[in-house]
Amino acid sequence: MGAKVITVTSGKGGVGKTTTTANLAVALASLGYKVTCMDSDIGLRNLDVVLGLENRIVYDLVDVVEGRCRIRQAMIKDKKFPELYLIPAAQTRDKSAVSPSDMIRLCEELKPEMDWIIIDSPAGIERGFKNAIAPADVILVITNPEVSAVRDADRIIGLIEAEQKGPAHLIINRLNPALVKKGDMLTAEDVVNLLAVDLLGIVPEDENVVASTNRGTPIVLDAHSKAGQAFMNIAKRLNGEEIPLMNLEGKGNIFSIFGKRTK
Amino acid sequence: MSGFVDKLLNKPSSADTARQRLQLVLIHDRANLPPGQIDLMKEELIRVISKYVVIDRAKAEIAVENEGREQRLTINIPLVAENRRF
Repeated sequence: MGAKVITVTSGKGGVGKTTTTANLAVALASLGYKVTCMDSDIGLRNLDVVLGLENRIVYDLVDVVEGRCRIRQAMIKDKKFPELYLIPAAQTRDKSAVSPSDMIRLCEELKPEMDWIIIDSPAGIERGFKNAIAPADVILVITNPEVSAVRDADRIIGLIEAEQKGPAHLIINRLNPALVKKGDMLTAEDVVNLLAVDLLGIVPEDENVVASTNRGTPIVLDAHSKAGQAFMNIAKRLNGEEIPLMNLEGKGNIFSIFGKRTK
Repeated sequence: MSGFVDKLLNKPSSADTARQRLQLVLIHDRANLPPGQIDLMKEELIRVISKYVVIDRAKAEIAVENEGREQRLTINIPLVAENRRF
């Protein structure tokens, strides 16, 4: 069997790739799976701080690739889940320090020991992106409901198809129901129709995400947070469970579901 | 609030505008065909086709259409019926 490799990418920066990677990794670990997440954003690493593991780094991805340590030595064990690991990116090198075949080799080595490998891709369409998608079984494209993020997502989806790594699965992050209601934000339905790909989940904008990132404890651990629930649902869908899109008040349309909280 | 005012003035919402702009941008991005080049291509096609048949230039249309993520160039050029002319 071996692990399934999930790559999280977006094209545009700042749409929530690292937040999504961290939350899906924690969610799958909380469901009892063995998970390794890997930061492939060499030179601009951040998955370590989002997971709250920045003080434990000894070795990184480039150290493994260049043979300065074994892969196990670069795997940082999470504070809460004993079978959740992080392989951090190197901070002082650039994307050319790793090749797509290095990424495939590392994942092959990890697969027998893991259930899930989740790779956080850098923004952009260059080497770092190619490294991140090379070993992927499934690619998740993160976007926000706004013009530049949707345009870049479309470009990335086209490149994923060109690399025969498709079909990509879409996550719409930071959807603001109040803005949608006012007519000042694209609806999830608009985004799905424009991009013409499968929708894996919608994560509503949630100010608690900022606080959870400040603390280095992913929001998915907060059962009261809408964003946390959305990430947990996405993790379960990845795992093959049929979980409907969150049902909030609306006009009976699954896409107009983010009305009022029902609590 | 802006949504309410827009409705009163019968103005499209900013989300409507974003959707329409993105529809066009994505068509041109996917085909790597900027809007100006479509116009140039239309002129050139009309010139070539006019060498062989009489066409209604004013009604000639050329557009890129989507079917999922597939794209198709559609050209619609009405012919002028020659046997009805003296």
